[in-house]
Amino acid sequence: MNRLMLNKLILALSTASAVIGIGFLLWILTTLVVKGISSTHLSTFTHDLVDGGIRNLIVGQFTMALLATIIAVPLGLMAGIYLREYSQSPKLSATLRNLSDVMMSAPSIVIGVFVYALFVDPFGGYNGWAGSIALAIMMVPIIIGTTDNMLALVPQELREAGIALGGSKHKIILQIVLRAAKVGITTGILLSFARIIGETAPLLFTSANNQFFTMDMSGQFPSLTVSIYNLATYPDAASQDLAWAASFILTVIVLIINLGGRYLTRHKH
Amino acid sequence: MGGKLFRNVSFLSATLSFFILLGIFVILFHYAQDAMHTFGWDFLRIDQWEPGEDDEGGMFGGVIPIVGTLLTTLIAMVIAVPLSMGIAIFLTEIAHKNLVKPVGVAIELLAAIPSIIYGMWGLFYFAPIIQHTFGGNGVGLLTAGIVLAIMIIPFMAAITRDAMNTTPPVLKESAYAMGATTFDVVKDVVMPYAKGGIIGSIILALGRALGETMAVAFLIGSVLKFPSKITDPTTSIPVLLANNFSEAQDLELSSMYLLALLLFVVSFIIISLAKFYFLGRSAK
Repeated sequence: MNRLMLNKLILALSTASAVIGIGFLLWILTTLVVKGISSTHLSTFTHDLVDGGIRNLIVGQFTMALLATIIAVPLGLMAGIYLREYSQSPKLSATLRNLSDVMMSAPSIVIGVFVYALFVDPFGGYNGWAGSIALAIMMVPIIIGTTDNMLALVPQELREAGIALGGSKHKIILQIVLRAAKVGITTGILLSFARIIGETAPLLFTSANNQFFTMDMSGQFPSLTVSIYNLATYPDAASQDLAWAASFILTVIVLIINLGGRYLTRHKH
Repeated sequence: MGGKLFRNVSFLSATLSFFILLGIFVILFHYAQDAMHTFGWDFLRIDQWEPGEDDEGGMFGGVIPIVGTLLTTLIAMVIAVPLSMGIAIFLTEIAHKNLVKPVGVAIELLAAIPSIIYGMWGLFYFAPIIQHTFGGNGVGLLTAGIVLAIMIIPFMAAITRDAMNTTPPVLKESAYAMGATTFDVVKDVVMPYAKGGIIGSIILALGRALGETMAVAFLIGSVLKFPSKITDPTTSIPVLLANNFSEAQDLELSSMYLLALLLFVVSFIIISLAKFYFLGRSAK
């Protein structure tokens, strides 16, 4: 085979790969939309799991994800600020960056086991706090990464201008640098929120699940994703339909937050 | 005053990743002691997972879930690596510029879909096709491996594309000027230039496939048996943990912690390798 033929073959195969990739996306989304819409009714949103709806599950999942965000964002922001603005040793920051990336890729089920050992077992049972902590552990390294990258994009001149005005270092960071990086960091927070709200494995034995509406985080807490896993494996059609409705709504939430985050930074790329 | 406090808090936050990783290791190691003392290295050879008669003792070994994890990951990688490279080449060298953005975004959205959705879609729509085509009962190694591949492709393709995009256009243009075909340019200019990033993306995807729970949990069959053919059901470490951890007690629970520790250590090594050797993020 001569090189022109080989070239054509490889280009055709590459194009086919992209078609296959997009094909699967369309297949999965079409299935979700078709099955999801036909299984979603108004009562799906007004009833709790015990009555065949997902109201308590949506509220529960959002509550845990929001609490995780409240824990993770300050920690991740501060860590990113240290790496980009304070660290004097490139070696130390490189190591801390790599460790943060390693933590980001740690298997989510292992994080669930870890949180179980620390926050479930000693406290007498599954609880919503433990679920939030597990999600926060997944979120922190993502926020560190975005903050670090976004602060790197802030022009050095802005910091110099702050110094020339006599600002102290932390004032410059808080009032000039963070403001300049605001949009990028917000996008990062939205994308990481979209990531953790769809997590199942870290919740299986931390928050577990609850059929009833509750805001009491010291007990088993309702989770949309854990419910999908349970419902989908029940043999009856009603449970499976509810699982499809829940999956559809979860995917819509994740994709909307994702696209919203991208929309914010649309001019930069 | 405030400045010093701010600096110290930011330093503590930056070291948090280290302490959490260390904490995970210490905690898992501590709770796995019982199983380590009882089985020692035999844990890697015992092919049973049987609680004792009166819930005391029992025989627990990790070899079946370990083999299951490795095989599903292997199947996924064999499928995902060539397809991801193809998509990355398509996006960087072939696609019309009006197509690059939407296809790129679509691939990234595919990466954002929660893994449980892949699992459920796979169970209801993909498993029957596998059953029809290859026999078996639909769930098993092959189904889990293929859906796992579909899940990691967007992730791998996106990082590979970013790595390929760092090739300076002038290098590619020089090669084209010498009469190189697109494939020659990819093979002899882009690939060597982006080698580190591409290998890094493959290793990261490998780590993700090893630790994936939900997509596999729906599809692997969750049976504690060695598979004798590719369509047979078996189990993997994350799936065994997901399904049995909450009911386990004493020695079985300790064995679960040992499995979690093994998974954690293996993915830690794999991901560190990718980060420290191939994807030098510090240079930025």
